[in-house]
Amino acid sequence: MNQEPLKKEDMSQPVDIRGQDGGGWLYSDIVKDHFFHPRNFMQYGEDEKFKFNGMGRVGSPACGDEMVLWIQVDPETEKIKECRWRTFGCGSAIASTSVLSEMITENEGMKVDEAVKIKPQDILARLGGLPDRKIHCSVLGDKALQAAVNDYFRQTGQHNRIITAGAKVVDKVLNITDHDIEEAVLEGARNLEDVQKKLKVGVGDPESIPAIEDLIRFYTEKYYG
Amino acid sequence: MLPKPKKIRNVYLDHAATTYMDKRVLAAMQPYFSEIFGNPSSLYAEGRKANGALNDSRRAVAKLVNALPENIIFTGSGTESDNMAIYGIARAHEKKGKHIISLPIEHHAVLNPLEDLKKHGWEITYVKVNDQGLVDADAVIKAIRPDTVLISIMYANNEMGAIAPIAEIGRKLLQYRKANNSAYPYFHTDACQAAGFLDLDVEKLHVDLMTINGSKIYGPKGVGMLYIRRGTPIKALILGGGQERRLRSGTENIAGIVGFAKAFELVQTAKEEESARINKLVEYLWQKIQKEIPKVKLNGPAIGPQRLVNNLNATFMDIEGEALLLYLDEYRIMCSTGSACTSESLEPSHVLTAMGLPYEYSHGSLRFTFGHCNSKSDVDYLMKYLPLIVETLREMSPVKLAERQHAKYK
Repeated sequence: MNQEPLKKEDMSQPVDIRGQDGGGWLYSDIVKDHFFHPRNFMQYGEDEKFKFNGMGRVGSPACGDEMVLWIQVDPETEKIKECRWRTFGCGSAIASTSVLSEMITENEGMKVDEAVKIKPQDILARLGGLPDRKIHCSVLGDKALQAAVNDYFRQTGQHNRIITAGAKVVDKVLNITDHDIEEAVLEGARNLEDVQKKLKVGVGDPESIPAIEDLIRFYTEKYYG
Repeated sequence: MLPKPKKIRNVYLDHAATTYMDKRVLAAMQPYFSEIFGNPSSLYAEGRKANGALNDSRRAVAKLVNALPENIIFTGSGTESDNMAIYGIARAHEKKGKHIISLPIEHHAVLNPLEDLKKHGWEITYVKVNDQGLVDADAVIKAIRPDTVLISIMYANNEMGAIAPIAEIGRKLLQYRKANNSAYPYFHTDACQAAGFLDLDVEKLHVDLMTINGSKIYGPKGVGMLYIRRGTPIKALILGGGQERRLRSGTENIAGIVGFAKAFELVQTAKEEESARINKLVEYLWQKIQKEIPKVKLNGPAIGPQRLVNNLNATFMDIEGEALLLYLDEYRIMCSTGSACTSESLEPSHVLTAMGLPYEYSHGSLRFTFGHCNSKSDVDYLMKYLPLIVETLREMSPVKLAERQHAKYK
């Protein structure tokens, strides 16, 4: 380069990605660390060897994010001994899966009953927050985990433990339930557009949109009417 | 996990986003901030000096596009020029008709005014482009209706470099007008990306309106121009002191206009030489990518006469563009993506989508746009790390798992 048109900031600083509106957003150091040094992802050659008894998959590349999570649960203690993941998606999607994999396996593993209680907010907190419009990415992590735990229950013949209690899947592509819509409304979403910003619901499954709009109206009425 | 480079190199490959200013341009502008500061409308010497610089710039720019000085209107940006062309023609001719023809791959500076006009009873026909982003001149002419007042088609596309056959459309439009004994429709082209590389002779292109701006041609940001052919009635959007033939009021940005004229002159004079130099770099990069990275698809026309010489847009399958950008940024390599994750709307590029590219392909697209500062060493530096970055992200991606029909994969 014979000219130096741009001076870049110190590489230890958080990455600043600018949106088209000109407003900046920032990834925290934790996000950056997990993105550049992802933990527990399924490396090449490992997929044949890695033993697992639960697998969950959510999203699709067409929606912009896809996530697969494999878990190895000790049937005695019901603790998640090990896990692996693969994620197609942007920086925050990769970082949020990585941090989730750490949360469920640290301290000798989390019990499956505890693991399924992990909420998107827990992942966000651990990441030190995410830019607003990136929050939908981390929502996939807990969905993948719940799907993996359900798969574990299925594989071990514990069908009665499969978690569908009260939840009705509205978006079959992203496995988004009425509970997720309720959560989004509680977080401030008031219309389909708002909810889609958080959840991308209906993007891959457009047929589900009327049902989603009904749910948004119902929960808005219930909590704020 | 990825190797740290021994020596970090700034590699700017985003010239379609904006360019740094040429030092010669900066030098030309320098006197017009504090020394020659007068208002060109003022009668005294200080004003006349400024007015002289304004006129010189207008003459220089006019010559470069083969127009008369009075046909050049200086504006505040390429976006403003596009808005002026569309709203200006729409407002002056709405009695004749309320139909405009354009392309789905236009810049938002054209698309958003058109979508706004729709709310006011206008009809817009977007002529389809093919899977390479190219438009057929006859298809444009066929879309003309008795109530069509404007055709707006960009010369070269900012995302994937497709060059529209502006001269051919222009010629066929002249025939149409002659056959129908009509002055309509008028023809506008957004030539912002083309300005550094292509011939902009308005008599060869047969355009009535043409947009160019400074920030893509090593000139200052915040300056643009609109060429308006004589006998093309247009309404002003900005009213005030009556500057720029009453079409664009506001005290002229003399330093900016002088810089714009200088920059435009420099790029147009050097365009053949620079195109040949950059063409070699782009071909070198594309060959290296094809050789070293599997599962890559070129987006847009094949490298050649139908593609803007400095543009390389490719999809790296199974991975996502923002993640690629973040890794590249660690090596201080700067480029763009059509992925939804970097856009405000969380929608992937409208240009790639209009070409029929599936969403998952748009998400993994990268755009490299070359310019003055780039050399072969930049390509070598980029290609030292890009294959590793792609491989790292692919290892983390579940997408190819589905392809391989993994035994344990449900």
